[in-house]
Amino acid sequence: MTTLTLAISGSGGAGAISTGELVLQLAAGSGGYGMLKKTFSPQIRGGESAAILRLGNAPVSTIPARIDLLIALDWQNFARFADEVPISADTLVLHTGTDAPPPGIAGDRLLSVNAAKIAAAADSGWLNMVFLGMLAQGLGCALSATEALLQARLRKHDQATRNAACRALRAGFAEALPGPLQTLLAAFAPPAVPAPGGSPSPARWLASGNQMAALGALEAGVRFVAAYPITPASDLLEWLARHIEHYGGHLVQAEDELAAINMVIGAGFGGVPALTATSGPGMALMSESMGLAVASETAAVVVDVMRGGPSTGIPTKSEQSDLNLALYGLHGDAPHIVLAAQSIADCHFTTAWAVHLATRLQTLVIVLSDQSLGQSIQVFDAPAGTCPRAVIEPSGQAEPYLRYRDTASGVSPLAFPGEPGHMYTADGLEHGENAIPSPRARDHRLQLDKRLRKLTDFDFGEHWADLRGQADGSTLIICMGSVTAPALEAQDALAATGHEVAVLSLRLLAPLPVAQLASLLEQATRVLVVEHNHGAQLCHYLRAQLPQYRFESLALPGPAAIQPRDILAALEVADVA
Amino acid sequence: MSLKAKDYKSGIKPIWCPGCGHYSVLNAITKAMAARELATHETAIISGIGCSSRLPAYVSSYGFHGVHGRGLPLATGLKVARPDLEVVAVGGDGDGFSIGGNHFLHACRRNVDIVYIAMDNEVYGMTKGQASPTSPETWLDGKLTPHGTEVRAFQPCAIALASGAGFIARGYSGDPNGLAQLIFEGMAFPGFAFIHVLSQCVTFVPEQTAWKQQVHSVESLPDTAAEAAALMHADDGFAKGILYRNPRPVWPRPHAQAAATDPRAEFEL
Repeated sequence: MTTLTLAISGSGGAGAISTGELVLQLAAGSGGYGMLKKTFSPQIRGGESAAILRLGNAPVSTIPARIDLLIALDWQNFARFADEVPISADTLVLHTGTDAPPPGIAGDRLLSVNAAKIAAAADSGWLNMVFLGMLAQGLGCALSATEALLQARLRKHDQATRNAACRALRAGFAEALPGPLQTLLAAFAPPAVPAPGGSPSPARWLASGNQMAALGALEAGVRFVAAYPITPASDLLEWLARHIEHYGGHLVQAEDELAAINMVIGAGFGGVPALTATSGPGMALMSESMGLAVASETAAVVVDVMRGGPSTGIPTKSEQSDLNLALYGLHGDAPHIVLAAQSIADCHFTTAWAVHLATRLQTLVIVLSDQSLGQSIQVFDAPAGTCPRAVIEPSGQAEPYLRYRDTASGVSPLAFPGEPGHMYTADGLEHGENAIPSPRARDHRLQLDKRLRKLTDFDFGEHWADLRGQADGSTLIICMGSVTAPALEAQDALAATGHEVAVLSLRLLAPLPVAQLASLLEQATRVLVVEHNHGAQLCHYLRAQLPQYRFESLALPGPAAIQPRDILAALEVADVA
Repeated sequence: MSLKAKDYKSGIKPIWCPGCGHYSVLNAITKAMAARELATHETAIISGIGCSSRLPAYVSSYGFHGVHGRGLPLATGLKVARPDLEVVAVGGDGDGFSIGGNHFLHACRRNVDIVYIAMDNEVYGMTKGQASPTSPETWLDGKLTPHGTEVRAFQPCAIALASGAGFIARGYSGDPNGLAQLIFEGMAFPGFAFIHVLSQCVTFVPEQTAWKQQVHSVESLPDTAAEAAALMHADDGFAKGILYRNPRPVWPRPHAQAAATDPRAEFEL
């Protein structure tokens, strides 16, 4: 696979990220694949922001640490994210030459293009579009296609603004490229678009994980959303706000997360599939009422797009450090379901599955995503046309109607308001089978057993994890979420040198499929748990649940992403770089 | 065949002290339900935690007894998702004005079509007698506030008005017929209807039995928010009746929807 990794950086508001998105759209429109990671500070303007893109002629799902090309729209605040945009001696650096680069960036790999001057000569202030024009030229993209993309992106702006942006784009497209830049870009050219009438290639999508989670929720039947804005979950909600009313649903911007989760529980009680999305601090606020969903056996889905914590932490950067909160953050004995999305595309399936499970099992389902999955955009093959859906079943005719009846499966008959004859009061107070509050030991024990059994006895089927490779007699890497992609890439790198390892990405974290895991662990010679947090939360969880096995741990906190080379280093396989 | 008030009782015996004002509130609610000819299965009574929040189980309807302070968002989610239901939120002064205070402000602003009945006895009864946000500053019997609360009492009706509530009324548990009439009016009102009920706690604030002599009727319904504000600020806290009534658009508001487009299309290359 041929790939090209480039970063476009600038102070917040300079247009670094939108330029990067246009480059990705351009490459994708030419038949290529790619992924774009956004890195920015919480400020609207004046902070730092960068788009880091990797383009490829085959599907791309990681951003490597090594950057081929950096385009610095300016150098303000660059030092604040230099860790995430590592410049090596091989990196070609393109800057405007109007402000000084940080120490160490110099020599013949530093090229100056006075984009502001080129834009000004075209009567435009859009210096970022000068760079876009140059990239389009170097990548062999048609000017007309590039202009069409730019026009579409600026559709909400007035004609004069769009024209000014296009003039800068054309000026950049006409600019002679510095030799090293031309060489670098020419070495990577996206595959040509298949000719009309040629063999049908799979439909490709360009989307973020947050968009895929939102689509999954909508397609699974979610018709009520309540949430409080929080980075990096807001764009998931914004997508739903644009679409849910078309399906007769509603999105409520709640006064806080306490309200949001209770509104979701209220809607779920009413028989309408409901979801909220948040990040760690918001989910912490929801903790008490998540226990109410468990006790009252009301369907509720909480998507946690994780960011660096604790407290305000690093709110715009990725981490997997809410696992403990998701697993253990409820008071009392409160069995619930915790899922993790494995990729940007899988946010669609996993969120839809969460809606299915929450309604099917009348309980709380937490979906763990993270900033990297949620806000990166990627070109991928379109997901299946169908997905799991909410289950809204009539309560049946068993008499007398007992809302919390002790059934074999643990799932009790559920009537929704409007259904005559089956009225009950849902309760967070412990209750008897008839839903009347009861502090009796027998009722408490029976309901605790029932709420646990309905999860532990349920057959979750094949979706509990994805296994790639053979665990038998080899090393097994266990991971979740956005660590899956670098783990798979490390697996490929090892395979290329004759070392076979298996990668197990867990989608069902609670209840943990202990028996299925144990059968794999029996076969593996070595197990490495890789996760994006400081406390080795996943590893400790697995050790507690499967104490008879030995787990090695690679736990690295954010904001820098875990790289395949980190995994290779942890495995200490000698002859793999 | 229309139902009588007693038909709206679930038959579960309330866990309230003898003489508690909440019995009368329960009676007033069931009377209003009968007068409105509500179908029991199309009604939902929603609450948080506290003595008064026990009420949903005592009504023959659907109900939800949630967590402390969150009855209003629970009711809001249900009503927005299921606009066909009659949704009534109930609770006490601690639940609604202290731990749930933020939800009270925003429920008044949001104007979802629910009725909110706050049974105010100026004390935390279930936790055995601590001061509540509506306790008088000088009340010395609060178990955590031996010098009195030394904090100004919360003014539920004035705050509801300032927050945008379109229907504000005050009732008294000693006048269940008058209260039933207010609840009836609140149910008929399009939008958020707040009914503040003076509901005595005979156990922890026995002096509240004197309320019977203190309550008086509102002389005339104010025409404007400014007049209502003047009335509430001049009020001794014992004026009962409708204090403000001014319907405004209910949330969610109807919006013409363009035909749904395939949401998948926007991701396709």
